[in-house]
Amino acid sequence: MIRTGLISLILALMLGWAAPVGAHSACEDPLGCVELGADDPIVIGAMLVVSGANSALGLDAQGGVELAIEARGGMLLEREIEMVVEDSLCSAEGGQAAAQRLAADPSIIGIIGTSCSSAAQGALPIVNAAGMLMIAPSNTSPSLTNEDTASGGVYLPGYFRTSPNDLIRSAKAAEYAIKVLGVASLATVHDGDTYTEGATRVMAERFAELGGDVVFSGAVNKGDTDMTAILTEIAASGPDIVYFPLFEPESNFFGAQMATTPGLEDAVMMTAAASFVESFPENTGDAAIGIYMSGPLVGGDAYEAFLTTWLDEFGESPPSGYHAHAYDAANILLDAIEASAVASDDGDLTIGRSALRDAVHAVEDYPGLTGALTCYDESPYAGDCGSVTAMAIFHITEAEVYDGNWPPPAVWNFATDSFEDA
Amino acid sequence: MFRNKSGEFSWVDFTIDVLRVLIVLAVVVGAWNTLSSGRISLAQWVNLLAAGLSQGSIYALIALGYTLVYGILLMINFAHGEVFMAGAFTTFFFAEALNRTGFLNEQPLLAILLMILFAGLVSMTVAVLVERIAYRPLRGSPRLVPLITAIGASFFLQYAFRGLYGSSFKAYPQVRALQGAVQIGDISIPVAQIFVFCSALVLMIGLHWLVERTRIGKAMRAVSENKEVARLMGIDIDWVILFTFGVGGFLAGSAGVINGLFRPQGVNFYMGFIPGIKAFTAAVLGGIGNIPGAMLGGLFLGVIEAIGPNLVLAGLGIPGANQLKDVIAFTMLVLVLIFRPQGILGERLSETKA
Repeated sequence: MIRTGLISLILALMLGWAAPVGAHSACEDPLGCVELGADDPIVIGAMLVVSGANSALGLDAQGGVELAIEARGGMLLEREIEMVVEDSLCSAEGGQAAAQRLAADPSIIGIIGTSCSSAAQGALPIVNAAGMLMIAPSNTSPSLTNEDTASGGVYLPGYFRTSPNDLIRSAKAAEYAIKVLGVASLATVHDGDTYTEGATRVMAERFAELGGDVVFSGAVNKGDTDMTAILTEIAASGPDIVYFPLFEPESNFFGAQMATTPGLEDAVMMTAAASFVESFPENTGDAAIGIYMSGPLVGGDAYEAFLTTWLDEFGESPPSGYHAHAYDAANILLDAIEASAVASDDGDLTIGRSALRDAVHAVEDYPGLTGALTCYDESPYAGDCGSVTAMAIFHITEAEVYDGNWPPPAVWNFATDSFEDA
Repeated sequence: MFRNKSGEFSWVDFTIDVLRVLIVLAVVVGAWNTLSSGRISLAQWVNLLAAGLSQGSIYALIALGYTLVYGILLMINFAHGEVFMAGAFTTFFFAEALNRTGFLNEQPLLAILLMILFAGLVSMTVAVLVERIAYRPLRGSPRLVPLITAIGASFFLQYAFRGLYGSSFKAYPQVRALQGAVQIGDISIPVAQIFVFCSALVLMIGLHWLVERTRIGKAMRAVSENKEVARLMGIDIDWVILFTFGVGGFLAGSAGVINGLFRPQGVNFYMGFIPGIKAFTAAVLGGIGNIPGAMLGGLFLGVIEAIGPNLVLAGLGIPGANQLKDVIAFTMLVLVLIFRPQGILGERLSETKA
């Protein structure tokens, strides 16, 4: 009895101690606020894959964010900008762990990330529940911006991305295959990942819509090295083109072994953004020559200037294709912080979390490196801010395999080429 | 039937027998469906078989390391997959150097021989160090203790190599002489696969000679038979055990290079885990402790993995059959443990151990 009383007393004291802070604050935002004292920095989080096989994707984006911060002299609202980077790997578990660490830090205002769609799927529920927001530079899975759970959608408020939705990108890849390459039958291979699964589904649907014949849809496991069994099955169904938007190293194994599979020597190989990294051609070897890839393509004077700054800063060209998307994501976040921050007379700052989300949703025709960005809020494009023209089909040549050239030449630029001319 | 030794009806025996019939039925029906549909041509079957034999010979080389150590110490060296990785990963840099100087493509045979020796020595060193540091101090302790240590050693090696060489994926350079295929009628078999199979065979013959025909081989067999008596006969047991780890390590390292010629991609610190587990399965399949058993188990597992999904599972109408390759491998392990716990060729154990 005495003990219960004591515990109640302690709890009451703790509550009493905690309550005045909230009461004292001027925050009226339904999701809560980030309150910054006069000397507190602006802290943003980043969840990117910075280790392991896909680290090129994350390091590429991290460089983009760093340059965006640097372009403002490292300052926003007369405060220093700090970035906390968590490794979200390229898996749902990795995303979940990274989001948990960032969500536990109340000083974090917004998050750039994740790199991989699978990681976003793990991270999003936590980011959403914490009232935070995340802007992904390289997620392309359609499920992330789809609200309809019945069709596999996992969208939750707080999610944004500057990368193109695969509903558009893989559909365009299908159009390219049929209208430009002139192929008639398709085989698709995914690895169970949200991104690869979505990409192959969209590709197959669009391909069939355009009158093509989808002869095989299959999957490999992450970690598989021997693709003989599935390649034999594919060869038995005789496709003109094989679409395998896998990650490294499965894409390397698949491409290399496909080239030596009897019956598939003449089939066109097409992969996508997950393997759009400079190590892909070299690791795949000779077999990579002639592979088509759909991936991001950014051009224009502003981008050229960005690349020059990148070279000055890091000494080598960007390792993957989403640095500009990350740069835009960081700028959208920083601008939204600036727009939603409310300063008090004594120099404190209050940033409402739902006001911040609204500020990102309000982005319209934002002049980013990747094009004019507008953030939509209607499913299946809820949270999609990516430009639909900053994409291309690339064709790998000997220069990428033997001389380390990167990126490969673009054979179809969606910003300038039109299928009507094909 | 369905009766145990005392003649009573036994549910366990009954279930096992029913299971046996069902499995045979599934295999027959699946294979029949696939073969009668004619979906996969003879040339393609031969290709699958060739790929399976190549993969299997790599499993076999690694499995020998498990079996040698088990034969002598009755312990499963779970760090053996990492010994394989150590050789394969380190030799990647050597192979790159050979490739840059052009030596790899000018003298492919000599270069590959050098790579195998190099990888063998690296893996041998790692295996010997692991034995000396992690296992020897625990010799004589309960059998679970070195098992846990082995798992610890496995993690230690993985992360040590990640620290040394980084975590990104690398790919062995291509050897021009091993590209292309041998054409026999409709059937074309990649040269690399023939090379892989033959070099694994040479190494296995070498091991057989070592164990059966040399003095140290005799000592190994004696220690495996009875350590105490062997010690009384004047055999330096510690040295023999160290030598056994060294031989297992050498085979694993050379398997690393052979694997790099067969499947050049995916070289990284984690590359030993799955082949290690598969090779362990192969060793159990063939009968752990039994050297020809490990060779046979490896080849058998490789072939089953390559042919099984397309032959049986696809015939049964299971979607995504090729994704179930690992399921087939580990189901084989379970089945062997149920129906023939001693493995295909039987465990070769002395009476004191059995």
